[in-house]
Amino acid sequence: MAKLVFKTDFCKGCGLCVDACPKKLIRLSPDKINMKGHHPAEITDQEACVGCAFCAQMCPDCVIKVER
Amino acid sequence: MVVFDKPHALADVPLHYCPGCTHGIVHRLVAEVLDELGIEGKAIGVAPVGCSVMAYDYFNCDMIEAAHGRAPAVATGVKRADPDEHIVFTYQGDGDLASIGMAETVHAAARNENITIIFINNAIYGMTGGQMAPTSLPNQVTQTSPYGRDVKACGFPIRVCELLSELDGPEYLERVTVNNVKNIRNAKKAIKKAFQNQIDKKGFSLIEVLSSCPTNWGMTPQKALEWIDEKMIPYYPLGVYKDRSAKEEK
Repeated sequence: MAKLVFKTDFCKGCGLCVDACPKKLIRLSPDKINMKGHHPAEITDQEACVGCAFCAQMCPDCVIKVER
Repeated sequence: MVVFDKPHALADVPLHYCPGCTHGIVHRLVAEVLDELGIEGKAIGVAPVGCSVMAYDYFNCDMIEAAHGRAPAVATGVKRADPDEHIVFTYQGDGDLASIGMAETVHAAARNENITIIFINNAIYGMTGGQMAPTSLPNQVTQTSPYGRDVKACGFPIRVCELLSELDGPEYLERVTVNNVKNIRNAKKAIKKAFQNQIDKKGFSLIEVLSSCPTNWGMTPQKALEWIDEKMIPYYPLGVYKDRSAKEEK
């Protein structure tokens, strides 16, 4: 099973990972705010993730670590 | 099993770039290549002036900060001082490489210096607040061209890869972009080849990366990546502009 680990405080909420996910599993958290004051990215359904790492490839800030 | 993580050659600090700026992606690609070729310990990077001026804080290899535009000249000195031991690369923006540093770039290419240049082309001056750059597209609105770049008054954009490909010197010139996953993979291949060329002592390699500047283009990060596809790639076609060894092998 794939697992995404987000380094939340590095996230700038640009949303490039949201668009990159082929299964549309990532969103910018509507209720959380990180240290920088952005809404960080989070995964909505960890079970459905296949670990393609497209989100991590697109992330300019190396926020996402992908395990499979 | 970890399938994707931050490369070792990239320092574990937050980057200062704006949200959605593709500088971060290119930093990561360079660091991944340093890791994969096992040259982090002997690589020396030269940082430019521009948005990536603080690249020396982000790469774990040795870094030097050069005066505006003079990164290829500094890299020449470092490489010639110890040609066998060190792998020397510069990381420059378009205001740095294509404007004030054009002389250094052209002459380093003409001399076929054995260095690797990563050239970020985002068609604007980012750090100073979005002024028109030599690479700004015709009719592009910037801070200093509020009615769009008028080619009659300001001239035409400079296509650096095409310009340098006319010289006999350079070994490898390629233009790539990082606006989607496929293009990111191609960009990494190009960057890896550029470093491999230097290890094989083949000579001057320059990789031009079409990059986005959401803040100064006045777009969302997503829209900026689409703008690369719609506006930049038609003016700056992707591809290999020179690969001398491949040509000689034929």
